[in-house]
Amino acid sequence: MNQSAGNTHGLRTYLIGFVLALSLTAIPFALVATNALPKSSTLIIIGIAAIIQILVHLRYFLHLDFNSTPRENLLAIMFATILIVIMVGGSFWIMFDLHRRMLT
Amino acid sequence: MSAEAIVATADPAASEPGTSDVYEHRAFGFWLYLMSDAIIFSLLFATYVVMASTGTDGGPTGRTLFSLPHAFGETLLLLLSSLTFGLASLAMKSDKRAAMLSWLLVTFVLGLGFVLMEIREFYGMVQVGAGPDRSGFLSAFFTLVGTHGLHVTFGLIWILIMASQVIIKGLTAPVVSRFFRLGLFWHFLDIVWIGIFSVVYLPGVL
Repeated sequence: MNQSAGNTHGLRTYLIGFVLALSLTAIPFALVATNALPKSSTLIIIGIAAIIQILVHLRYFLHLDFNSTPRENLLAIMFATILIVIMVGGSFWIMFDLHRRMLT
Repeated sequence: MSAEAIVATADPAASEPGTSDVYEHRAFGFWLYLMSDAIIFSLLFATYVVMASTGTDGGPTGRTLFSLPHAFGETLLLLLSSLTFGLASLAMKSDKRAAMLSWLLVTFVLGLGFVLMEIREFYGMVQVGAGPDRSGFLSAFFTLVGTHGLHVTFGLIWILIMASQVIIKGLTAPVVSRFFRLGLFWHFLDIVWIGIFSVVYLPGVL
């Protein structure tokens, strides 16, 4: 595994990841700095850019992929992702529902 | 477990099957730790989002407190440090110890710059009466961003320990394994920071 890792995860991989991450950072910062778009669409673009950038970091810096990464690691990541979605989504659901019922 | 068998046969460095297995299991254990850390951070994010939208208590908001150029500078430092850590890993793979140590040093300096910028920001906020005791929003802000800053600080200490181990012990199998896990930790912190600037700073300034 080390041999193939050395070949596929070379300098090019890190540089591609860096350039992609830099552009995905620059786009939302530029949008907020210039106020070019309405607030709601800016927020949506910030969210999309963040998700893509997280995937870029996982792929190019942490070298995750479906071939060389051990399956247990991928399972651990997917399990954590499900837990996060349930807990964060559930917290928002409860808290914003409470807020709407009690304070408005 | 068939995946593991394939990995083992494809691994040319598996002449000592026992040891390489041990290090692979340690990497798995470290992934479990990272995922538990990710859950801690995501709950701090959830707390922050709820508090930022409802808990400012008439006090200062992100619009007056956050500085976009400052957050962008911090982002650049952390992103560059991820790149330089990657260059250190590449130097390690091709057995260039001096290059590896210099890239580690650059990573350390960039990370230190990040922590110093964050301390300056916190200090400035406390000076204008926007400390963690001002409102629920600010408590959540300092907890979330401060927890990340603490992680980076421990990462910096780990980098120093790692560099001295490389100097004293050389690139032995345990040292390489520790270095690999330090890499996971460092890149993971950069991922958490993506969440922080996307959830805290950008919507705060908007």
